[in-house]
Amino acid sequence: MNLLRTCLTGALLALLAFAIFGPITNMLVWSVAETWYYPAKLPQSYGFSFWERVFRPQGNAMESLVNSVVIAVLTVIASLAVAIPAGLALGRGSLPWRSLFLLIFLLPQAFPSIAVHMNIARIFYGFGLNGTFLGVVLVHTIQGLVFSVWIATAAFSAVDRELEEAAANMGASPFTVFRSVTLPLALPGLMASAIFVFLISLDEFTGTFFVGVPDITTMPLLLFTASMEGNYQIASITALILLVPSVGFMLFIERFLKSDVLAKLGS
Amino acid sequence: MYACKKDPHMLSRRASLYLVAPAILLLGLLFLYPLGFSLLWSFRDEETGGWGLQNFIKAFSLYSNDILFTLIIVTLSTTVIGLLSVAIGGYLTLGENRVALALLRWLYRWPLFIPFVVAAQLMRTFLAKNGMMNNIFVSTGLLEPLQAASFLDWRGIVITFVWKQTPFVALLVAGAMASLDRSTIEAARNLGAGRLRILVGIVVPQVGTTLVVGLILSYVVMMSVLSVPLMLNAQTPTMMTVDMAWRINAYSDYGVANALGFVSYAMTAVIAWFYLRQGVREGGKPA
Repeated sequence: MNLLRTCLTGALLALLAFAIFGPITNMLVWSVAETWYYPAKLPQSYGFSFWERVFRPQGNAMESLVNSVVIAVLTVIASLAVAIPAGLALGRGSLPWRSLFLLIFLLPQAFPSIAVHMNIARIFYGFGLNGTFLGVVLVHTIQGLVFSVWIATAAFSAVDRELEEAAANMGASPFTVFRSVTLPLALPGLMASAIFVFLISLDEFTGTFFVGVPDITTMPLLLFTASMEGNYQIASITALILLVPSVGFMLFIERFLKSDVLAKLGS
Repeated sequence: MYACKKDPHMLSRRASLYLVAPAILLLGLLFLYPLGFSLLWSFRDEETGGWGLQNFIKAFSLYSNDILFTLIIVTLSTTVIGLLSVAIGGYLTLGENRVALALLRWLYRWPLFIPFVVAAQLMRTFLAKNGMMNNIFVSTGLLEPLQAASFLDWRGIVITFVWKQTPFVALLVAGAMASLDRSTIEAARNLGAGRLRILVGIVVPQVGTTLVVGLILSYVVMMSVLSVPLMLNAQTPTMMTVDMAWRINAYSDYGVANALGFVSYAMTAVIAWFYLRQGVREGGKPA
């Protein structure tokens, strides 16, 4: 009975491992396949010539990689610029209707975003923002806003008040208290929020699809185009480049997002 | 909640409002305004300049199959995600085999942050007629070569959604289960209840709110994913997101696209309403 149960557990785990790593393995094989024609089960030849094509300095792929990183960095700056003050107000301030404010930031998560994105594109068109970095950064910022504000709020809430009071009692001005006590203590949480927003921006597809075209191509759009053209090598290499930071964040999230901050999330 | 007695807050009410204002302004301009725009413009007939239900009539006559298809796909995916998340969370809470627990904990979260467009590309190669899944099934004798079929249709979409969203819901559910009071579980165990019975009868009812919140968030996300149906399902019927993109890119027809958007909001609202009503009926507070 016990042996049977162990075997069953093992079989289910193996099935789960196959379901999770099978698709990833298939992508890894495609990323180093030089030629792979139907109906061969494995590529006829392997090599890195497509990698060279992706990382060629003047190629399309390199341009979209640079675009993606620039946009993600700008999105992080824009998000933190509004989320740090908002998090401070929500975490430490005296806002009336505080929970209502927190809920408002959740609204974009409560509506299917595609219908909003296509109208943003239409509104941006009137301002000449379509196909510009600013337009794409704004769309990405709104996508990440709930996470950046909520995590920043939790990070500021988790800061120990007595340390601030101690600094204030020793004569530090409110700004000095913020700069030398509150901000450094909230920094790990703010870092987590920055990394999270960076990832959201790096991976964003729908908003860029509507607002970025035709001038701004990011990695997800390059992946999409390559895949639809049947260029599976380029698509798989791009997928791999996007996969590495996502999986890395998944494996290390607990180090960024400490449990004291996590416990304050949304409260 | 944070109102201390001696030093109530380090920020005054006015300063707090000033600090939160930029974020609210951004949200208003980039979310609430376009949202209002999309709701309003779905009733606008831009050819005649009037208002009415023309866009909805056209949307339903052209895309009623796709609306139904979307509803079925998203509901089916949500159901499977719910079942798998409860199974994973349940094993992590009640399982006894240490090796299996460690393996499962390490294994299930991998797709958590993988973007949909990447997941779609992985599945596009994996689930194809000549993809790795069929190849392995044929090589191990599970499948005759002639039986190998492509899964790149509605099944591909459901598999991709489940693959991508289960870790998220399972993470929430497992977290909620881990913080449960173990004494009721131990009591039931001492009385001889099986693990499945404990899971269904004791554990799941207590994490119901977390499970439903996770499932609703997943439902909304799946309703708005464009890349997965575009890349995995080339035939009709397809999902509404594809139709919206098509109305705009091919015809600049914002009216019908917004009408479809309105329908997708309504489909989300119906789910949320069912949930809230359920919460009221049970006398508990919804999250």
